[in-house]
Amino acid sequence: MQIDLTVNGKRASLDVEPRLLLAHALRDSLNLTGTHIGCDTSSCGACTVLLDGVSVKSCTVFAVQAAGQEVTTIEGIGNADSLHAMQEAFWSSHGLQCGYCTTGMIVSAVDLLRRNPDPSDDEIRSGLEGNLCRCTGYENIVKSVRAAAKAMRDGTDRHSVRELMPLHPPAVDPPPSGEGIIPKQFQEANA
Amino acid sequence: MAFTAMVGARIRRREDPRLITGRATYVDDVRQVGTVYAAFVRSPHGHAKIVSIDTSAAKADPRVLAVYTGEDLHHAHGVKSSLPVAHKMADLKTPPHYMLALDEVRVVGDAVAIVVATTAYAARDAVELIAVEYEVMPAVTDVEKAAAGPPYVHASLGTNIAFTMPFAAGDTDKAFAEADVVVKQRIVNQRVAPVPIEPRSMVANWDAGMQQLTIYSATQIPHLLRTQLAVVLGLPENHIRAIAPEVGGGFGAKLNVYAEEAVVSWVAMQLECPVKYIETRSECFQAMIHGRDQIDDLEIAAKSDGTITGMRLKITANLGAYHQLLTPVVPTLTLLMAHGCYRFENISAEVVGVFTNTMSTDAYRGAGRPEATFFIERSIDMVAQRLGLDPAEVRRKNFIAKTSFPHTTATGLTYDSGDYETTMDKALKIVDYAGLRKRQEELRKQGRYLGIGLSTYVEVCGMGPSAAMPAAGWDSATIRVEPTGSITVLTGISPHGQGEETTFAQIVSDELGVPIDQVSVIHGDTDKVQYGVGTFGSRGTAVGGAALQLAIQTIQAKAIKIAAHQWEANPDDLEYRDGKIGIKGDPSKSMTTPEAGFAAFMGDNLPPGLEPGLDATRRFEPPNFVFPFGTHVCVVEVDAKSGQVEVVQYVAVDDCGRLLNPMIVEGQIHGGIAQGLAQALFEEVVYSDDGQLLTGTLMDYAIPHAEQVPHYELDHTVTGTTVNPLGIKGCGEAGTIGSTPAVANAVIDALAPFGVVHIDMPLKPEKLWAAMQPKSNGSVR
Repeated sequence: MQIDLTVNGKRASLDVEPRLLLAHALRDSLNLTGTHIGCDTSSCGACTVLLDGVSVKSCTVFAVQAAGQEVTTIEGIGNADSLHAMQEAFWSSHGLQCGYCTTGMIVSAVDLLRRNPDPSDDEIRSGLEGNLCRCTGYENIVKSVRAAAKAMRDGTDRHSVRELMPLHPPAVDPPPSGEGIIPKQFQEANA
Repeated sequence: MAFTAMVGARIRRREDPRLITGRATYVDDVRQVGTVYAAFVRSPHGHAKIVSIDTSAAKADPRVLAVYTGEDLHHAHGVKSSLPVAHKMADLKTPPHYMLALDEVRVVGDAVAIVVATTAYAARDAVELIAVEYEVMPAVTDVEKAAAGPPYVHASLGTNIAFTMPFAAGDTDKAFAEADVVVKQRIVNQRVAPVPIEPRSMVANWDAGMQQLTIYSATQIPHLLRTQLAVVLGLPENHIRAIAPEVGGGFGAKLNVYAEEAVVSWVAMQLECPVKYIETRSECFQAMIHGRDQIDDLEIAAKSDGTITGMRLKITANLGAYHQLLTPVVPTLTLLMAHGCYRFENISAEVVGVFTNTMSTDAYRGAGRPEATFFIERSIDMVAQRLGLDPAEVRRKNFIAKTSFPHTTATGLTYDSGDYETTMDKALKIVDYAGLRKRQEELRKQGRYLGIGLSTYVEVCGMGPSAAMPAAGWDSATIRVEPTGSITVLTGISPHGQGEETTFAQIVSDELGVPIDQVSVIHGDTDKVQYGVGTFGSRGTAVGGAALQLAIQTIQAKAIKIAAHQWEANPDDLEYRDGKIGIKGDPSKSMTTPEAGFAAFMGDNLPPGLEPGLDATRRFEPPNFVFPFGTHVCVVEVDAKSGQVEVVQYVAVDDCGRLLNPMIVEGQIHGGIAQGLAQALFEEVVYSDDGQLLTGTLMDYAIPHAEQVPHYELDHTVTGTTVNPLGIKGCGEAGTIGSTPAVANAVIDALAPFGVVHIDMPLKPEKLWAAMQPKSNGSVR
């Protein structure tokens, strides 16, 4: 079947089997491999994308159901030149380890903040109940979403990886005394 | 290390930009022209004879390129090799484990045939077209029934017992004869599934021109995989390239060599094209290794003051149907750690490994040590309960004193360093232990059941001295100072979430005085990196990082010779100071590592006899394991009406030596706690008596969601170690090892007013509710 849809702001025209899952269409037809697949029961949420701005598990949507709609994948949420506040927060708060669930988790969290811009920790936890993470124990994911919510409420600009790459600003999260004093030479080298 | 800048700081991870933007490459993201797709026909039975396999309908599908059965491999192609098991046990029974089942299937999910088709969907369709006729045979999944006699998983063995390992130290009979109290308990450490969110994934290609096999696999051990594939496939090892690209979690389950990796590689060799296989989650539950699954029959002898004097222990380990890479080794680690952080020296034990018609058990985060920590920490609580003593004080009474390290245990390990009392006191202070006990009393009067659980764990990791490992225990690092001053690190470990691209760069940045963004850490490709053993057993930094430190020393020594030559100075008068070469006591002159590297590249002004180039490869052979430790305190409230457990507070005070990046260490502890807590409360792999897997999807197997786990409060102490030059201990498994008993002890403590002594995990509401009903007392299953 021929379908037309918009993916990350670009028009796409695909010839798909009716049974093709949106997750596979994104990954295999459009090479958007940031959308991961972690289960076959719609339990893990690794494949979460936005469909017309609302989070869906793309393993539970047929590609044909997305016809005429706008899909946003992690690649469209932000990139190295322009990180979404949620991506930056996951980075700064160590909200990921292996990274496999992370892309779906970030997309879900973006949708969570759309619905609730100032969630409590409990609301973050219940809001992300459709996404499983096996590495982080969720502690730093909650911290990341909280940080992103604040940044978005404060209207913080997007940053590039290059801007953030040097060092974690020690003032944000001071290491124990005596640890992590960054010599001037490195600060200059990274400026 | 004289100079500390990056090390110890909370540096953002350098691997993260690609991960948070969806630009990382996991195995399923590898794109190669001409890729075909594999799927497996798997056994629906726990035990059956394969009567016939009709592949004709599948082969008639024009999208199907090939179908191979076990018989095809064995007879038509002469592939008779068995999958590897690494061990040093003299009497271990090792029945054949073919890459595709031959004549008989022994576990649900046993691979019976492989289908290769033009698309992944077509391959799955074709699986449905293959008709396998089975003659169902009696199966056994209960480990004690299997140990007692037929039916046999491997009829040729005439037994299900794979090995028996007796052990005795001290005079246990005397300890029991002189005991004031003996606590006896059977503890079931249930089977759990690792569930990395990325399932097993692989794509193999055969370059017929170069006679080269390349396999991308979601593995923790690319080099060991290469070695074992060479053996299994009969290929020269230097014609195999194994690549672990981005790997989506492992937890030990990817520390293995799987049948699928071998057969997909073999099929690629037949078809001369890339063959990709990505398992489904359902297949992952069936055919990826499981963890734990022991019955630990315990007797503890104690004096009336709480002093533990002896232990009798029988470990009955459910090995599953076949050995995977480390299957028989895991329960032996339980025995090694049986006495935890306590002094007693009289132990009489037996480990029995038993085959059943279930998936193989193997190394799952902690691998044998969580089982030991669970039963010894439960035992301490049971002794305290019996004697009416405080569990914290019973622990204090039995701790190995901090002045007695290194401490050789009755089971023959030498604990490097420890200070158990300090971590416990710190944790008890954070939770206000005395206040909590008072509150517990008050709440009980109101019919509310608060429970306080302690776990004071010690674990063995930094695997390990080669002499004590089933295979090599060392690891390697190469440092190259490139002509333009950037530094390349090639590490033999294979991180998959642990963050060594960052921590190793932190070390190099400090020691060689270059900005961290000038350091690249490369891993996981056998054609790029010198042989390394991999990432498991909390060894990545404790062993691989130590090798890196040795390589730094070699680089520094050579750079000093180069600087000395240029300055016409004696190398002995030079030193590395703040990351630069300088003259001792003279701050006027300095040379950077990149400057020395450039001189070494130019080669025209070097000391006579010194080779050009500034690079080094070093290997670290650990003289001992390392023994991180800590205290976890869990506070729960159990609802009397529903049996529901609420975790009210969770505090962990861990000691894994020096912290290279506290943020990453904390992340490891968080994740570890969640997995251990999940074993205590939620997770359980269940097989029916006839071998059906009843928990075969994420709908039936309960890995926790965000709202099912609490906030964790962490703190730490730092007790160094002299086992490695970094003074660090592993932290990957500590959280899992420490948390399970803390949670279980808390729940059982909550139920103490009901006379509950022990309840086996997972501590689900229905079990707890039943235990809280009138007339219910004592052990409840």
